[in-house]
Amino acid sequence: MSDSPMKRPAPFRPNYWARSGYLLVVLYCIWAAQSLEISFDRVIAGMDNAQRFLGAMVPPNFARWQLLINNLLETLQIAIISSAFGVLISLPIGLMAARNLMPDWLTWPSRGFIAICRSFHPVIFAILFVKAVGFGPLAGILTLIFASIGFIGKLFAEAIEEISLKPVEAMRAAGAPFPSVLIFAVLPQVLNRFIGFATYQTDANLRNSTMIGIVGAGGIGGTLAAAFQRYDYDFVSAILICIIALVMVSELLAQRVKGVFR
Amino acid sequence: MTQATAQHAPSAGASLVIEHLRKEYVRGKAVLKDISLTVEGRSTTAIIGPSGTGKSTLLRCINRLIEPTAGRIMLGGVDLCALRGSDLRAMRRRIGMVFQEFNLVERLSVMENVLCGRLGYISPMRAWLRKFPAEDISRAYDLLDLVGLSDFAQARADELSGGQRQRVGIARAVMQQPDILLADEPTSSLDPKTSVEIMELLNEVANRNNIPVLVNIHDVSLGRRFADRVVGMSKGLVVFDGDPADLANDHLKEIYGGEDWLK
Amino acid sequence: MNVADREWVRFTRAERYARFTVFLCVGVLLAWSFRTVQVIPEFLMDAPHQVSDLFQRMWPVDFGFYYEGVHASLVETLHIATLGTLLTLVLALPVGVMAARNVCRAPALNWLATFILVSSRSVNSLVWAMLFVAMFGPGTLAGVITIAVRSIGFVGKLFGEALEEAHSGPVEAMRAAGAPWVSIFLKAYWPQVSPAFWSIALFRWDINVRESSVIGLVGAGGIGVALDTALNLFQWTRVSLVLVCIFAVVVLAEVLVTQIRKRII
Repeated sequence: MSDSPMKRPAPFRPNYWARSGYLLVVLYCIWAAQSLEISFDRVIAGMDNAQRFLGAMVPPNFARWQLLINNLLETLQIAIISSAFGVLISLPIGLMAARNLMPDWLTWPSRGFIAICRSFHPVIFAILFVKAVGFGPLAGILTLIFASIGFIGKLFAEAIEEISLKPVEAMRAAGAPFPSVLIFAVLPQVLNRFIGFATYQTDANLRNSTMIGIVGAGGIGGTLAAAFQRYDYDFVSAILICIIALVMVSELLAQRVKGVFR
Repeated sequence: MTQATAQHAPSAGASLVIEHLRKEYVRGKAVLKDISLTVEGRSTTAIIGPSGTGKSTLLRCINRLIEPTAGRIMLGGVDLCALRGSDLRAMRRRIGMVFQEFNLVERLSVMENVLCGRLGYISPMRAWLRKFPAEDISRAYDLLDLVGLSDFAQARADELSGGQRQRVGIARAVMQQPDILLADEPTSSLDPKTSVEIMELLNEVANRNNIPVLVNIHDVSLGRRFADRVVGMSKGLVVFDGDPADLANDHLKEIYGGEDWLK
Repeated sequence: MNVADREWVRFTRAERYARFTVFLCVGVLLAWSFRTVQVIPEFLMDAPHQVSDLFQRMWPVDFGFYYEGVHASLVETLHIATLGTLLTLVLALPVGVMAARNVCRAPALNWLATFILVSSRSVNSLVWAMLFVAMFGPGTLAGVITIAVRSIGFVGKLFGEALEEAHSGPVEAMRAAGAPWVSIFLKAYWPQVSPAFWSIALFRWDINVRESSVIGLVGAGGIGVALDTALNLFQWTRVSLVLVCIFAVVVLAEVLVTQIRKRII
């Protein structure tokens, strides 16, 4: 029987894994910043420039408001048309990509197509479509349709793969044809989530439609790019304010629509 | 008794004949080795046997949810194994199935779930627009009255208890106006009192429609109590086929193996 | 029993009106858009031919050009994405905390945080890139700041929501014990939300890889610059090389993230 008090393990042991992790991160930052040639002086010089720049942006200049309104409307048109078609097309493509319902020869190409649509930033699609169909909103519409398919298609296929197949079994046993099985056994389980994805993507399309104009695919992005090039920074801030306002309003509307379909 | 649930004579030869049914999930290892069975007339047949002996497989082979490896299954003289496409679906309409886990669409209402039984009879377009014929709707209400769920017609399926959900499942199966009812362990997810109620309900609807019922059951006493005939399966073969009264402990030992559970 | 009074309707009258209104609005919007958008039908008809022509010019992929022109930019892109994400974690943490109404009880701060988050999300990364290129000059510095600022909205919003869903039990216990606010945050909130935080960070890094690959188009560094050059010089086979590289990097990043998710989170 020892007289000394029992040695108990320390309650808060240092987590060496986490500490070395943090150290690695810091080392990485230093190394990466060096290879990117980001030095402190550049940041300071940049801050200086930024101050002057921000000064030129205030107050925002709405003098050319007709141009602004026209382009905003075009932006809206692009967003609306591409969202409508994008959502419509994503429904069957997402269905075809569901591995628990469809045969391999259908799911592989569908999933491959969706992956391609998703991997590229919409701007890349915009550039390609501008080359293909010329400047203007058509390129923008096609761009955002593909972007929508990439997003909604993937999430929708994943949602379908998570459903319970028991009602599907029951409908098949009752002799229902395949489309009826989809309508009654599959869709009720995933429709809410599909509407969520669709409203989210419509919102995203609106945001994206404000910038694809930078490469010529229509909408207010073109006006913005032109303003930058002409150093009309007060016009730039006016445009930015409109974009933010537009996006916020659409977000609110999307909430309402989701409520109706719950 | 309304028109909808009046007795109807079984269509000519609504008998089920299974001949030498064999099912191998893995080549060489047969779950069902050689099953031959005939079911006809108004009767309730309980199939008993240990887990894994192929009871569910047998039932699902009948309506070809699972493809048999060999053998013949004849319903009313038609060989089910030779059918495909819309012919197979037409045949499936004649077989009503009740599931262990109810297999309802949780988000839809009770009414919509019951009407699902008619999906084999209407086109997908009408199904999408929910344009069911008036007499189907009337029959659905009658069935809900019969199973005691008239107050729940608009309730969502996931608001119901287990016993209530199984009643909806039974109503859905009967909506098909089938020639035979298959029930795959309909009471395994339910408490003892509800299990008895469900078995009583199964017998009642079968009596009203004058059709045979084939029930998988693992509670032997329940099976003995409600069935006219007991079929015992063991290791993929039928080892007992007869009256419940004749089912002795020796038979049960052969079917299930081991003695302790019998005491 | 009269068949007529056994009617069944799927939606109540109010629900039907609401659904009809939504469909009507959508229909009207769609019709208006079609009529007023300026699409030249000839271009639409010509589109398939133009697209196939484009693909012909982009084939075969010029892999030979990789080490000379693309490799360095690709690495640069990854650095921009990673540094940008790390920077945003530092920035978004306080903003997310300010936006969570249960953690930060000052409505003014909540409002400010929400405003920052919304603006960050509403403005596209390309627009932010143009802004920062104008401020800091073309190059990777603008790129890193663009990625960081753009991600604040995403990370901050999700992090704020995770905080709002945290259990208040441990918080109450610590407040009862008289702990200061920072301690409460570190010991009651942080342990609950840190898995979500790292998961969000990983998710955003994946997206940032994709974003970093295009901000070079407006001069913010990374492989977008190579893409821009090749496009301006009509070097289509190099364009397809860049696209293939972007695709490969994005897929690899996603695989990496999925693996990390499985093992650690």
